[in-house]
Amino acid sequence: MTTPRPGERERLFQGGGRMPDLHASGSGVGLPTRHGVDPAIDSDIANPLLRVEALELWYGSNQALHGISFLIPEKKITALIGPSGCGKSTLLRCINRLNDLVDGVRIGGDILFEGRSIYDAELDVNQLRRRIGMVFQKSNPFPKSIYENVAYGPRLHGTTQKARLDELVESSLRGAALWEEVKDRLHDSALGLSGGQQQRLCIARAIAIEPEVILFDEPCSALDPVATAKIEDLMYDLKSRFTIVIVTHNMQQAARVSDYTAFLYLGRLVEYGPTTRIFTKPEKRETEDYVMGRFG
Amino acid sequence: MPRSEPNPGPARPLGRRRPDPLGTSLTWLSGASLALSLLLIVGLLVLLAAQGLGFFWQGPVHQLQLADGTRVIGEITATETVRAPANSEAEARRIEEEGAPTRTQLKIGNRDLYGLDFRWIDDSDIVDSTTPADLVMIERLEWGAFFGRLRELRADGRVLATGEDAWREVLRLLPEKAKLRRQVRDLEKGEIGDINHELEELRLAEARIQRAEAQGAPPDDAARARIAARRLQLESRSEALAVERARLQTLLDRERAVFVAGDGRSKEIGAGQILRALRPNAMTTLDRLGVYAGRVAEFLFDDPRESNTEGGIFPAIFGTVLMVFLMTFVVTPLGVLAALYLREYAVQGTTVRLVRIAVNNLAGVPSIVFGMFGLSFFVYLVGGSIDRLFYPEMAPTPKFGTGGILWAALTLALLTVPVVIVATEEGLAAVPRIMREGSMALGATKLETTLRVVVPAAAPGILTGMILAIARAAGEVAPLMIVGMVKLAPSLPLDHHFPHLHLDRKFMHLGFHIYDVGFQSPNVEATRPLVFATAFFLVLIVTAMNLLAISIRNHLRRKYATSAV
Repeated sequence: MTTPRPGERERLFQGGGRMPDLHASGSGVGLPTRHGVDPAIDSDIANPLLRVEALELWYGSNQALHGISFLIPEKKITALIGPSGCGKSTLLRCINRLNDLVDGVRIGGDILFEGRSIYDAELDVNQLRRRIGMVFQKSNPFPKSIYENVAYGPRLHGTTQKARLDELVESSLRGAALWEEVKDRLHDSALGLSGGQQQRLCIARAIAIEPEVILFDEPCSALDPVATAKIEDLMYDLKSRFTIVIVTHNMQQAARVSDYTAFLYLGRLVEYGPTTRIFTKPEKRETEDYVMGRFG
Repeated sequence: MPRSEPNPGPARPLGRRRPDPLGTSLTWLSGASLALSLLLIVGLLVLLAAQGLGFFWQGPVHQLQLADGTRVIGEITATETVRAPANSEAEARRIEEEGAPTRTQLKIGNRDLYGLDFRWIDDSDIVDSTTPADLVMIERLEWGAFFGRLRELRADGRVLATGEDAWREVLRLLPEKAKLRRQVRDLEKGEIGDINHELEELRLAEARIQRAEAQGAPPDDAARARIAARRLQLESRSEALAVERARLQTLLDRERAVFVAGDGRSKEIGAGQILRALRPNAMTTLDRLGVYAGRVAEFLFDDPRESNTEGGIFPAIFGTVLMVFLMTFVVTPLGVLAALYLREYAVQGTTVRLVRIAVNNLAGVPSIVFGMFGLSFFVYLVGGSIDRLFYPEMAPTPKFGTGGILWAALTLALLTVPVVIVATEEGLAAVPRIMREGSMALGATKLETTLRVVVPAAAPGILTGMILAIARAAGEVAPLMIVGMVKLAPSLPLDHHFPHLHLDRKFMHLGFHIYDVGFQSPNVEATRPLVFATAFFLVLIVTAMNLLAISIRNHLRRKYATSAV
């Protein structure tokens, strides 16, 4: 187990530089802490599902993201925190290329998914979005029945058999802890559900297409504490099956649910590391001020 | 602990409520404007209904004894005060004392005897007015209504019955005659129509052979012989049918009723000509209601007679509705696709803005201009080309190269497409971005998102556009007059001959029917109520079509309500 040199440590976790190729080094570079390397963390990071490499993004002439690099480990929850406008949602929407839909966006740097650039011109973006699902800040069920909402994705991707769809709808709704509440009214409009139920329906809709990654964009910002707790429990359960990236401005939430945390400020990655460390022993002054609630 | 004052300083009194005359008067003004608008709409409907629907009610028939010894029989339709300037002082004084002279308008019918259906009679000339129970009112196929008394019923030169017996006999005969008339009509429209249709096909087939031969094809004598044989067969069948029709016609008019008019002249009317025979003064209210319902049904479901001044308006209703449906089938996809491109695919910029302005301005082009375009482009260019390419044997008779229901529908589709585009664009704009993103994030392509999420959610907007288009199209008359609307169409555009929907046929339209009956008819007095009734049903039909579309829209709104929570 080798400890990275101090200089390398700087570049790794404060952003602004290009991520060194951890695989290429072949040395099992782990996440450093002030007390050395945690072997569990080391194994997570040795095999990241997604690598964000020197990512930059401009809205027209306005640069929103500045050279962001970090790793997203598989089957863990990675939280992106930071004050409003710091670019965390923008970063999240880069991962499933949803920013493509916004006019005037330019992107530099790269994101690798299983080692392949997602900005490759040859890549089928719809296939990518099928494997990287998303749950939005404001619940956005389609104006269709509960059943049709969940079946929407599978139908798109070619599942037409009624029995198979029924099965998928049930397992997805169970997966989103909504089945018991809606099983008797699957064919009622999804818009009749409460806010928290709608958000869980959106989660069910996302997991129905069996993605590998689910992106959560402040999923609880419009929900009351009870509904929030349900979603958080759900995320904890989903972790065993999916890699989760969550954007939140709620630090307690990040501390409660996530394994890794990235702190963004003014479009730059300030600090990245295991959540416990970020919240207990941050290395940077801005991080400490933010997690202590002194600004943001 | 005393609460700390957030804003210490001199106390500001809340003050008394001040009057707001401007605000109050504006509220009243806006309320009054709305009330006036509603009043005008209600007034319009009430006027149309009162003027039009009163026409079907059977009132009493009066017999007036005039000062000059003559007798007049008829229904009173109006009374008015004569406002003529007095010729002398004595007359002026008399008017002062007794009031201005009044006169009464009587519908006297019997156009074949008197020439005019209506007559004004000064009230001072009327000696006596009675409503005897034996006065008869006849509705007949020709010459309009007849008023008088029934004298006798004859057949083959013999008197069958007189007096009350004759009346009972006439009433007994009427259903039989109606059945015979239906038989004649079925014969004409059915088998005779089919034979004529086939003869025309044969003629065209022969013309085709002739054309082919003229262009160098080998002579096809076998086909010619087949055609000749079939024609001979059809012609002999046709003659047989003509004999049958003549037999039915004689049967129809075998009994003849002899009536006496108010002035004592007698008139013989074939029993087959009589549609309805009434003794209005002996009728109960229930009888009158029955007659009323029968007349309304005839008006709605019968063909017009007597150059549109009598009979029903069914072909006009049918033409209007069919034309509007055809128009809707064309304009909805066209407008929706155009709006989809403008809103979803086109890069928003100056060009799109200009296109949008142009589309909006298109809605302001006078409709007759669209009619001219329809005539020159659809009828002459497109229709003419179709005729040259596909129906050369019909020349010089045009098939599509003349006005028809298809060209009328297309012209109106052009006229209403801006409405659909604008409404659809609004509907599309109202679909939240987050809905599209939700679909895209599930791996849907733009096309899938548009078809499965955006268009269903925008469906109420699209329906709104359709409703506006229907409302506009159903009331449009001017452009149709030059692209295929006629005052009397020989056949409906939909029948049992292949291909059933004849898009090349000319059609009747309620709007034009109103104009024709009201202002092109020689007998304006008689047809005025028909104009109101037709207008009333036009409004009713447009409203019905709109209600249908609105109920579909409301259904879709409930289904695709986009407001979350």
